Amino acid sequence: MKKNKVEFDGLQNEGVENAPVEDRRRFLKMGLALTGVFAGGTLYSASSAVNKVYASAGEYAKKYPYKPHYSMIMHQNRCIDCERCMTACVKTNDVPEYGYRTTILEREVKDAVGQKREFIPVLCNQCNLPQCTRVCPTRATYKDKTTGIVMMDTAKCIGCLTCQQGCPYNARYFSEEKHAVDKCNFCLDTRLSKGETLTACSEACPADVRVFGDLSDPNSRIYREVHQIEKTVWVLRPEAGTRPNVFYTRG
Amino acid sequence: MTLNEMESIVSGRLLSGGAGYYIGVIVSALLVVAAVVAGVHAFIVGHEHTYGVTREVSWGILIATYVFFVVTSTGLCLVSSIGHVFGVESYMPIAKRSVFLSIATILAGFFVIAFEIKIPWRMAIYNVISPNITSNIWWMGTLYGVYLVLMIFEFLFLNLNKHKLAVAMGFGGAVAGIAAHSNLGAVFGLLMGREFWHGPYMSIYFIASAMMTGTAVIFFFHYLAYKVNNEDLSLDRPMVASLDVVRRLGILLICVIMFFTIWKMVAGVAGMPGGKYEAVMALVSGPYAINFWLFEAGFGLIFPLLLFIASKGKNLMMMFVGSAMMIVGIFVMRYDLVIVGQIVPVYHELGVKEFSHLLSYTPSFHEIIITLGGFGVAFFLFLVGEKLFAGHKVEHH
Repeated sequence: MKKNKVEFDGLQNEGVENAPVEDRRRFLKMGLALTGVFAGGTLYSASSAVNKVYASAGEYAKKYPYKPHYSMIMHQNRCIDCERCMTACVKTNDVPEYGYRTTILEREVKDAVGQKREFIPVLCNQCNLPQCTRVCPTRATYKDKTTGIVMMDTAKCIGCLTCQQGCPYNARYFSEEKHAVDKCNFCLDTRLSKGETLTACSEACPADVRVFGDLSDPNSRIYREVHQIEKTVWVLRPEAGTRPNVFYTRG
Repeated sequence: MTLNEMESIVSGRLLSGGAGYYIGVIVSALLVVAAVVAGVHAFIVGHEHTYGVTREVSWGILIATYVFFVVTSTGLCLVSSIGHVFGVESYMPIAKRSVFLSIATILAGFFVIAFEIKIPWRMAIYNVISPNITSNIWWMGTLYGVYLVLMIFEFLFLNLNKHKLAVAMGFGGAVAGIAAHSNLGAVFGLLMGREFWHGPYMSIYFIASAMMTGTAVIFFFHYLAYKVNNEDLSLDRPMVASLDVVRRLGILLICVIMFFTIWKMVAGVAGMPGGKYEAVMALVSGPYAINFWLFEAGFGLIFPLLLFIASKGKNLMMMFVGSAMMIVGIFVMRYDLVIVGQIVPVYHELGVKEFSHLLSYTPSFHEIIITLGGFGVAFFLFLVGEKLFAGHKVEHH
């Protein structure tokens, strides 16, 4: 289990092994959830989910278009909604209180057997076929040529909000401070370009939910977790055809 | 003609209106001023404090009003071009006023969108130096700019009696208008993940809807124009005959739009497709049911259809009432199209607590004032134009 140092509050992450009993019990229950049944709120069979995922990632396995190809995989069942990721993101990226770059959604199924609640962290998916960049009239939002991260050139943003309409993941908001749309860019300007290897939310997460890394590196952990078929891996809203780079799994 | 003579003619025409005319001019001008004040204030304070839009419902009544005006403008352009561009004699009498109104309504649309776009001056710069040719909104904006220039020249040449040039400009305007307008439809229709909007027919629907709107506005404003000019419309036989032809076209287009609407609703209910089903049910039996049944179906389509048929082209008041109803109903159509397309949250199907309900939107005071200002622009230009251009008389030859 990766230990993350949470600098901003001086706390030391002790790892899930040292979590309180009730937290550990929740993790165990989450792990017992039937694989695939509640995936993304839609019923997926394991094979169809794998096929869908590989339609996004598999075709790049031999030759990724970006190097590094930054991606994230969420171990959804581990999330306990402590919101340290949200706090770290706000602090690192100066996110105003009325907006957010990442948030955690809560899902409750009262008549489920066993565990009845789960949390789903969401952020910009840094899609391979983003609709936001297609619809922007001034190319204020674009995919970085090196990393593929979907960036904002705030000086060009006219505030027509078509990118907000185009995004199937509610990943954008208009920042009155920047006078432009704002969104998650995997902390490229605030962390990655300064030598950090993790996003703020990934580093802050005490439960190791957010596994961030270079999907084009076969030695990376995220490569091994996405390019396997033992556990179901899915993406949100695959029907939008955007080919997200934020994946979800359990266990 | 000397400058002094022209000035005296213009002032003479403007001063010839009665009290009702002046009240109309003053009220519409005040609406424009109020809208500018509201828009500037909203810009200074910030849209998130002054507009009713949210992160999830980011387009509100101002986008709907913009759509309403540019759809109207395109419709006026296309219907009027049947006459003087494509040579159908029976459409000639309505041509001048319709071209003028198409200019007035698109200016009203631009007026409204200037307060919707959060940083409009960047648009002037980066639409030019950083264009995105994959963006339907870029194409729409660029083509409507071309369209406006061509329509202005068409109007000038019509009034200068340079008919060949007017035809050329009118043809170009019609082409640019269709291209711009179908791109407006594509702004909505090409968004995957917005199930209520997504589909190839949105662009086609927009063209048919534009022409339907054009017929209603042509009738409405021609009837009003004869009041403004203190003339008896029923005595102008060529104009009455022309409006009857427009009426028949209106009946046809109402039927076309009814066809589109029925199948859109059926497609949204059959099989309960995710995202689209919830939106359609919001219209059929949900929070937008009154908007849909009373205003869209009733005022926008069925009542005007019945009135247009019953009038037999002779009862001008009946046709005027039908066209007025139609305009109200069509505005609600635009509003519902824009808002209902957003009220199903993008994460609705995840079943998460935060997005388990339909989203809601209520226009704010600022947005309402700016919307009324858009109508103020259109009415102000209409009223001043009637006097300035002496009732847009068309030669019969």
